[in-house]
Amino acid sequence: MSLTSSQKSALPLPSFPKALTGIVGLDEITGGGLPKDRPTLICGGTGCGKTLFSIEFIVHGAMLYGEPGVFMSFEEKAEELVLNVASLGYDLNQLQQDKLIKLDHVRIERSEIEETGEYDLDGLFIRLGHAIDSIGAKRVVLDTIENLFSGLIDQGILRAELRRLFEWLKAKKVTTIITGEKGDGTLTRHGLEEYISDCVILLDHRVANQISTRLLRIVKYRGSMHGTNEYPFLIDQSGISVLPVTSLTLTHDVTSERISSGIPSLDKMLEGKGFFRGSSILVSGTAGTGKTSIAASFAHEACNRKERCIYFAFEESPQQIIRNMRSIGFDLQQHIDAGLLKFHASRPTLNGLEMHLVSIHKMIEEFDPQLVVLDPITNLITVGTVSEVKSMLIRLIDFLQSKQITVMFTALSLNTIVSEQTDEGVSSLVDAWLLVRDIESNGERNRGMYVMKSRGMKHSNQVREFVITDEGLHLVDVFLSPEGVLTGSAREAQQLQEVTGKALRDYAVNRKDREIERKRLVLESKIASLKEEFESVQDELNKAYVEEELRKDVLEKNREQLIKNRHNEQ
Amino acid sequence: METKEEIWELRLYVAGKTAKSVTALANLKRYCEEHLKDKYVIEVIDLLVQPQLAEGDQILAIPTLVKKVPEPIRKIIGDLSNEEKVLVGLNIRPAKK
Repeated sequence: MSLTSSQKSALPLPSFPKALTGIVGLDEITGGGLPKDRPTLICGGTGCGKTLFSIEFIVHGAMLYGEPGVFMSFEEKAEELVLNVASLGYDLNQLQQDKLIKLDHVRIERSEIEETGEYDLDGLFIRLGHAIDSIGAKRVVLDTIENLFSGLIDQGILRAELRRLFEWLKAKKVTTIITGEKGDGTLTRHGLEEYISDCVILLDHRVANQISTRLLRIVKYRGSMHGTNEYPFLIDQSGISVLPVTSLTLTHDVTSERISSGIPSLDKMLEGKGFFRGSSILVSGTAGTGKTSIAASFAHEACNRKERCIYFAFEESPQQIIRNMRSIGFDLQQHIDAGLLKFHASRPTLNGLEMHLVSIHKMIEEFDPQLVVLDPITNLITVGTVSEVKSMLIRLIDFLQSKQITVMFTALSLNTIVSEQTDEGVSSLVDAWLLVRDIESNGERNRGMYVMKSRGMKHSNQVREFVITDEGLHLVDVFLSPEGVLTGSAREAQQLQEVTGKALRDYAVNRKDREIERKRLVLESKIASLKEEFESVQDELNKAYVEEELRKDVLEKNREQLIKNRHNEQ
Repeated sequence: METKEEIWELRLYVAGKTAKSVTALANLKRYCEEHLKDKYVIEVIDLLVQPQLAEGDQILAIPTLVKKVPEPIRKIIGDLSNEEKVLVGLNIRPAKK
C-alpha cells in the first residue's frame, strides 16, 4: 500500500483515466492502474496467478476504491473461489451480501450441449449485464473466457460474439480483466489478444535452478507510459506484491546524522563519529575474519540506542548467532525480548531472489527498523547469478535508502581471488566498505581491518589489527617494524620489548638519581665537618684573644696597685 | 409420482423476438407436435424480461432449448433448424450409429 501511495504524487499524465488495482507495486509500474472502462488481457501459463490477480482487482476495487465488481468465472465455482481467497483474508460471501461484488459461475458442459443452427451469446450478455446492473459494478473479470472455446463448436460465431462482447463492455463503461491461458507462441491459446488492444499483461512463472520466480510484464498499454521490464512478483498470505525493478529516481533524502558502529576504535577511524544514518555499509572479508561479529556489534549498538533492527541471516540460525555473540560479550537475546531485534533466518535456496527481496520488503514494512543487517549476501549467489544478485541488492538499497534505513551487508570473499572489486558488484553501490582480511605471518593468522571507502567523511587510511575479545571487538594500531607490519604475537612481542626497554631506561635513570643524591650527601657531610673545624679554630682564636684581654686587665690592675702602694709609702 | 407417459418439460430461452428466436420456437413446436403429441410442455423465457433466470440454467447462447425432464438434462442451442440433431438431443430418437 505504501508503495502505491508514495507513488501517487509522481503519476504521469493524469489525463488518461486509470483504475487502481490496489496491487502493491503494479499501480506504480502502470502509472496508476489499468485503463479505465476498457478491457485488459491478463495472460499466462497454468498456475501463474491470473485468477488471484483478477480477484484482487475486484476485491480491492470493492473495498478500497468504492467500485463494485462482477467476477464471472468460467472455471471455478463461486464456493471454490470463496474458499481459495479466504486465506488472503477476503470474505467474498460478506462482500456479496454487501452488494459490493458478485460472483457468477458460468458452467459449460460440452456433453450437455447440442448446437443446431444460428445462435448468439445474448444469454451471456444479458446475464453479465444483469449482474453489472444489480450492484452497479464498475469492474468486471471474465476468468477464463477461453473456456467458451472448448464448450462451443462454432468458433466463427464465438469470435464474432467475443468481439461484440468487448465492445459492449467498453460501452457499458466497466473496467474489465479478461484472463487467458498462454498458448504456443501466442499470448493466449485462442488469440484473444487480437480483440483486446488496450492493455495486455503477461504473467510468467519461471523455474531456474529449481527455484521458481514469478514475473509480470506489461506487453502493451495503449495510451500510457508504463514500465517495460519483467517485474518479479510474489504471491503470499497477503496476496500479490509486484516489485518494481528499480526505483526510477535517486532523489531520496539524506541525513548527516552519524551512528556508532559499536566499536569505538572503528568510530575513531571514521572521524570519531561512525557511519552516516541511512547509509549502506559493506563488510567483506575471507572466512572467519569476524564479519558476523562486526554486524552483530552494529546491531547490538543500535539496539542499545533503542533502535529497531532486523537481522537477516542466510547462514546461521538465530540461536547459533545469539550463542556465538554471547561469547564475545554481546547479549542479543535481551534485545529480542525487548522487541528491538528481530532475526529472520532462511536458507537462500528457500526461494528465489525476488521472493527474498519481497519478503525482506514486507518484513521491513511491518517491523519498521532503523537498521537492517544481511549476513551474508554472498550466499544469495547460490540462487542467482552475480548480475541478478546485484540487481536485487540495488533495489534493496534503493528501498532502504528511501526509508533512511541503515543497512549492513557482509560478504565473503574468497582467498583465491584478490577480490577487492567484485563482492557481488555491490561495492560501487555501498557508501562505506570495511575490509577485514587475514594477515598471515610468524605461523599465525591475524585479522586486519581497514576502511576501503567511506563516502562523505574523512576516514583513516590505516590498517588496524582487529581483535575479538571476550568483551567485544577492538581495533589495535598495527606495529610497523623493519620487517613490515606486525600483528598478533609479533605485535605483542614488540610491545613487550618496548615495555622492557622502558623498564631498563627507567632503572638507569633511577640509578643516576640515587648517585647524585649520594654525592650530595657526601658533600653535605664534608661541609658540616669543615664548619666544625672552622668553629674549633675560631674558638681557639677567641681563647687567645680573651686571655690577652684578661692578662691586660690583670696587668692594668697590678700596675694600679703598685702605683697606689707607692703613694701610700710616702 | 410419474405418470406412465413421461412429459417432456422444455424451456426455450430467448431474448426478445429476434428472428432466431421466432424460428427456434416455430421449429420446436413443429417437432413436438410431430413426435411428442400431448406429452410436452413448452415454457418460453424471455431473458430481456427476466434476466435473473439466465444464471439458473447456465444460459449463454440465445436461443437455448433446455430439456429438464426426462433426465438427463440437455441443452440445444441455435435456431433448431436441424431436426435430426434436435430429436437426438431431446432423446426422442436414438442417435444413428
